Amino acid sequence: MKKRLSTLQVLAISALVVAVTAILPFFVSGYILGLLTVAFYFGVFAMAWDLLFGFAGEVNFGPTFLIGVGAYTAGILDNLYQPPIIVCLAAGTLAAIVGGLVLALPALRLRGPYFGLITLVAVLILSNFVVVAAELTGGEIGLTVPDVITVNADTNYWLALGFMAVSGGILYFLSRSPIGLILQASGQDPVQTNALGFNVSKHKLAAFIVSAFFSGLAGALMVFYFGVASVGTFVDLTVAVQIIVAAVIGGRRTIIGGVLGAVFLIGANEALRPVGDLSTFVVSAIALVVVLLFPSGFLGLLSRLRGAE
Amino acid sequence: MNAPAMLEVSGLTKRFGGLVAVKDIGFTVNSGEILGLIGPNGSGKSTAMKAIVGIEKPNAGSVRIDGVEVAGWPSHRIARLGVGMVFQHSRPLHRQTVLENITLALLPDSLLHLFHDRTTEERARRIAERVGLTPVLERLPATLPFADLRRMEVAKAIARDPKVVLVDEPFAGLTSKETETFAGLIRELRDSGHAILLVDHNVKSVAALADRVFAMYVGERIAEGTVEEVMRDETVRRVYLGGKLETAARKEAAFADRDTPFLRVEKLNVFYGKAQALEDVSLHVHKGEFVSVVGLNGAGKTTLFNAISGMVPYSGEIYREGRPLAGQSAAAIARGGIVQSPEGRDLFTDMSVRENLDMGGQHLDAATAKERIEWLFSLFPILKTRQKQSAGTLSGGEQQMLTIARSLMMNPDMLILDEPTLGLAPVILEQISKALEKLRQTTPITVLLGEQNVTFALPHADRVYVLEHSRIVWEGEPGRFAAEIGADYL
Repeated sequence: MKKRLSTLQVLAISALVVAVTAILPFFVSGYILGLLTVAFYFGVFAMAWDLLFGFAGEVNFGPTFLIGVGAYTAGILDNLYQPPIIVCLAAGTLAAIVGGLVLALPALRLRGPYFGLITLVAVLILSNFVVVAAELTGGEIGLTVPDVITVNADTNYWLALGFMAVSGGILYFLSRSPIGLILQASGQDPVQTNALGFNVSKHKLAAFIVSAFFSGLAGALMVFYFGVASVGTFVDLTVAVQIIVAAVIGGRRTIIGGVLGAVFLIGANEALRPVGDLSTFVVSAIALVVVLLFPSGFLGLLSRLRGAE
Repeated sequence: MNAPAMLEVSGLTKRFGGLVAVKDIGFTVNSGEILGLIGPNGSGKSTAMKAIVGIEKPNAGSVRIDGVEVAGWPSHRIARLGVGMVFQHSRPLHRQTVLENITLALLPDSLLHLFHDRTTEERARRIAERVGLTPVLERLPATLPFADLRRMEVAKAIARDPKVVLVDEPFAGLTSKETETFAGLIRELRDSGHAILLVDHNVKSVAALADRVFAMYVGERIAEGTVEEVMRDETVRRVYLGGKLETAARKEAAFADRDTPFLRVEKLNVFYGKAQALEDVSLHVHKGEFVSVVGLNGAGKTTLFNAISGMVPYSGEIYREGRPLAGQSAAAIARGGIVQSPEGRDLFTDMSVRENLDMGGQHLDAATAKERIEWLFSLFPILKTRQKQSAGTLSGGEQQMLTIARSLMMNPDMLILDEPTLGLAPVILEQISKALEKLRQTTPITVLLGEQNVTFALPHADRVYVLEHSRIVWEGEPGRFAAEIGADYL
């Protein structure tokens, strides 16, 4: 019979992988470090998304709404008043949570595809707002922030890696906790879960807040890594789609699969850069094949191979 | 008996728009007692059950659990107060073991409870032992036989030792042996002091268990008492069996295609996952014959019709005029003249009555279509006056007539009618009944009717099959029905 990995085993393997990844700066170029830094933040986006989709069963088409609100709030605050960066990060995270609440409170009342539609519309509204309020947000040109956390590529890399590891740990722990169990049940059969005595709305809302927390914080951190915020990198629907694709090809309902998916997507996009515009096409095609052939993603494929042994 | 009333329902009413699904219903269930809540399809028993547990919010009335008024509470609060419900269909956690599924039911409704603890798991093990799941604790739900899945649902429902346990169609999908064990389990629950409400279709299915029975029909109470009292009750008999039957059955020998009937079904078997929906079902229908398949909800009627229409995979053979239908797509079978009028009606609700009919007559040329619509309007005069109205605004009965008319627009050789009486008031039934009689007498059409309402199914039928627990258990002329098998339908 197929035996699942225990939580401890998963944590041990993950810790090993993180440890190995942590010594990479001594061996690889700054260029690759830069790519991985972005991939790690992307991994957090994907993991936060998976908590909502894989567990609570809600498809959030607008992860970039939460990310964008976090990123722009932090960036604008820094631009206007230059408080300590930590204050900007906190403000960005808080704004993402508030934004998430404003979105989720009415949206979670709706059944069927409407939650997804509302999150989709939220992204469009935010990207339009950024363009319209150009004086504040830098509009289509983008918002340059005066501060960055550090210019050292190694430090940036370690920061992103550490952040991803901690976020992944927390999200994974949550998914395996009693709350994760209730969330999965809510996603699967909300009527019955209610009848078992669980306040489904409360749990879904909590999942949304946790998702917003990590998305917003990751967005804010990424602003201070890039030194610039633009719609194209933080808000655009294509970014949202990439996050979703990363989570799905990494392995739905696995949380940590999102990191694999993100590293794969960013890596593949970069590796295929020589073919120019075709790269997006090729990466999308690969993603499509993975989703069609292995709907449970990379991690699902791995566990299936183990099971076949 | 002086046991306290654990569940006390009074004046319970639930409306959906203009439809009153539950009208002023009231009953009590005591600690250590089993009440059977019965009623045919569409009688409102499921709605009543949902209103009790808070899945539907009642419009009026009172629901007391051990003296606490809970009407209008959200279902998770009612559940916490002490109500467990065993769903007929549920989706367990597929990636978690049976043990984890039961553990879920024991968790507190708290966002701060972040760690699994041993004691909860121990409690889950004890509950599993109580319902006989110990041997399969570490297995995934998908690998369990259907009966064990039902046990798991019971385990979840009783996990927090609720005062009241509701069971929706306790025995649906179980074999007779499993039914026995499952009944034993429910008896044990009663003996340990739970108040139990069994919701089912007829008296027979809960007769062996229920201490008392409460019968509903179109939203209202029609009878209440012991099993024997309810079975003797005149209204109950009329609802389930109809009054004196006047049948006009034509003898089977009168049909020209005796040797190769229009439709022949042989040894049909259909599975939905693990549950067997049809078991070795064989039947035949002659050209021009009116055949009724009588069976309770869940007996397998819709599955049988869907198999004939090519919509579910099956083993066994289905022949049309001697040629196998297997391998033909559902669309091809329908174009070939076997047209099903589905249980759910499936009308285009935003289109007008006329547009719905036109959709059915797509393949006809304009003159034939016009002629056909005129004929249908003579069959269902009410539709003529409603031509421009959108189908969604019609009453249930009118929608049913439109569904039948739309199927007839396709000029079928054989019309399959699946449960046309679903949720309809008696006066509407009469109108539809008249139309069917006219259809039978004025056209050469072949009809296969599926019904749980015997009153409706028998008068027009030339022959009747009884489908029970996925099997054909009786075949014969409608005149012999009441004497030979009628008691099973109470």
